Amino acid sequence: MSVQHVAEGISPFLKELIEDTPKGERIMHCLQCGSCGGSCPNSADMDHTPRKLFAMIMANQRNEVLAANTQWCCVSCYLCTTRCPQEIPITDLMYALKRMAIAEGKSGGTNAPALAKTFTDLVDRYGRSYELGIAGLYHLLNRPVAMAKMGPMGLSMFAKGRMAILPTKIDKIDQLQAIINKARELSK
Amino acid sequence: MKYAYYPGCSMECNAAAYELSTQAVAKSLDFELVELEDWNCCGATEYFSQDELTASAVVARNLALVAPEMDQLVAPCAACYCNLAKVDKMMGEDAEMNGKINTALKAGGLAYEAGRVKIRYLLDVIYRDFGEEGVKAKMQQSLEGLRIAPYYGCQAVRPIKREDDTEYPMQMDELFSWLGAEVVDFPVKAHCCGGHMTQISEPQAFEMIRRILQSAVDYKADMILCMCPMCQLNLDGYQSRVSSYADKEFNMPIIYFTQMLGLAFGLNPKDLGFGKELVPALPTIEAKLK
Repeated sequence: MSVQHVAEGISPFLKELIEDTPKGERIMHCLQCGSCGGSCPNSADMDHTPRKLFAMIMANQRNEVLAANTQWCCVSCYLCTTRCPQEIPITDLMYALKRMAIAEGKSGGTNAPALAKTFTDLVDRYGRSYELGIAGLYHLLNRPVAMAKMGPMGLSMFAKGRMAILPTKIDKIDQLQAIINKARELSK
Repeated sequence: MKYAYYPGCSMECNAAAYELSTQAVAKSLDFELVELEDWNCCGATEYFSQDELTASAVVARNLALVAPEMDQLVAPCAACYCNLAKVDKMMGEDAEMNGKINTALKAGGLAYEAGRVKIRYLLDVIYRDFGEEGVKAKMQQSLEGLRIAPYYGCQAVRPIKREDDTEYPMQMDELFSWLGAEVVDFPVKAHCCGGHMTQISEPQAFEMIRRILQSAVDYKADMILCMCPMCQLNLDGYQSRVSSYADKEFNMPIIYFTQMLGLAFGLNPKDLGFGKELVPALPTIEAKLK
């Protein structure tokens, strides 16, 4: 996260992104080679491929970048990251862009922020993820039509004993929540 | 051999077949998986899009729970492995984050020193620690006659460049060659299954799943072996919907590599969680196995 060798006068958005991403300063070394977009299984659906997005970041186009669907197309497969000849942690930069977009209420037209919020809230509450809780809360609130289509599969999963009706709660949930609260305080 | 064990949330229910077969195979190979007491969720990909530091602290609590006498932590799930290994590595490289994570852990009376525990995924443990000799010594049933497609997915082999090639991993290929199976040279073996995209954009997710199923069909595989609950859920659970989407009737069994390993060790299919997959695997196995 060091910005010491980042020149003064660079795009403020670039600086902000670097500060929010472990090893984010590697983005300064982007060659615009496009290996990232060429590797990505979802680049065809992106508003802008990572290569273009990085150029937009350098050009301080904050609003356009955070409104894009690019970061939400990223499923964290890390292929771009391991292929990048400049060792730019592209997947981690996508996570940082997701966090910034969420903070601005932007979702690139997807329900991904709602899914992340539902999942995270359940972990904070129980210490474990809870598939039925995610399916119920997230889909009911955000995608009721899709939920209906998922019904038969859900029933099959129940029949095979692969979906729990009740969540599991860890014993020391107080300890986990104390850690979470402290971390939230430090990340402000 | 004894390893600390982080099962991860999926193993409790959705991936019960993975858990059952993992424990059964461990018994056959005579190693013990000591479950971390009161472990919590690794946060998957979701927590990291909310708050980097908090997500890392949530992961680090698990690292701090590893008993002092243990120095290896095994995760069967690729996503859990990825988060545990990434956070451990990041804590070792980034002093500022390391300090903050440990301050957060301290609020819960815990601490973790980066690098103290080696985080490993299950396939690597079986492949490396037992090897050809150890695995073959337990073989009761050759897998001759079966054509399998080994599927590694993403997060075990990436981004941590450590145990295997990031795009052309070979551990599962070799493991099942040792046991007599015909292993397909599966070109999409480290491609993405779509992860959580089934919950966000079905056309995108279904296309990613379709590519993998179609490749297995093209290579005339009898089934796909996987090593991650998310991959299994996407390829198996969503297979009938992907068939409708692709207007093609896929009938590709998707099982965990540990289930197939258990069969080779002569274990009872029921004790390996067979029957929990939505596309039945046993009829194919019975028809093909010599």
